[in-house]
Amino acid sequence: MSAVDLKTPLKRARGLGAGNDGAHHFIVQRVTSVALIPLGLWLIWFGLSLAHASYEQARALVAQPFTAVMLIALVVMAFWHAQLGMQVVFEDYVTPRWREVTMQLLMKAFCFLAAVACILAIVRIALGTH
Amino acid sequence: MPQYERPLSPHILIYRHSFTTVLSGFHRITGVALVVGTLLLIALLLALAAGPDPYAKVQAFCASWIGLFMLFGWTWSLCYHLCNGIRHLGWDIGWGFEIPRMKQTGWIVLAVSGLMTVLIWACVIARGGVA
Repeated sequence: MSAVDLKTPLKRARGLGAGNDGAHHFIVQRVTSVALIPLGLWLIWFGLSLAHASYEQARALVAQPFTAVMLIALVVMAFWHAQLGMQVVFEDYVTPRWREVTMQLLMKAFCFLAAVACILAIVRIALGTH
Repeated sequence: MPQYERPLSPHILIYRHSFTTVLSGFHRITGVALVVGTLLLIALLLALAAGPDPYAKVQAFCASWIGLFMLFGWTWSLCYHLCNGIRHLGWDIGWGFEIPRMKQTGWIVLAVSGLMTVLIWACVIARGGVA
């Protein structure tokens, strides 16, 4: 960069891409959080139902269509929300940049794989395949 | 371009901690704790799909001291993050920014999340403990 930069901030920003989705992270974080209010309360009920259930009872509970749908919705929203939240935590606290980017990628991979694995497990239980 | 040792955001070591700062910190800490806690949920669902033996192992872990500690911490983290998340959504629509209101809702969040945690574990214990 030259020592004296006479360009206006607008001139410098032009051509660097559209600026109309800057709030995307913020909005998706809020949308998933609203979804997680009923899903989180339902998770408490689900956890309490599982606490004293035998293996067969637990499987029968998860195999119910309503439970399976709620669980899949919860898994999708929770890991999406988690990934967005952890992104901000890493942005704030992890340096240098290469280490931050590595952790961002690992966290996103973890959340994605965990969500896929959980959904597969729920579908297998719901369809009754051992 | 030369690299300078620049301070990290948010500048934890310089701020004077107040009630609301600590609550804000709790929101992050409980959020990270919930991510760690998903490991239990993942283990539970995968074991349930895999068969009775893996499921028995997960149940045994949940009933161990580490398992109980994780479950208890996870319960409070979930209740706190849920209640404080609703407080955050209030701020997002412009409600509750005044300092007295902020402190009041902060105490409500602490009380409600504590009460929810106690009630949940009272339910568990009343029905005979975990697993």
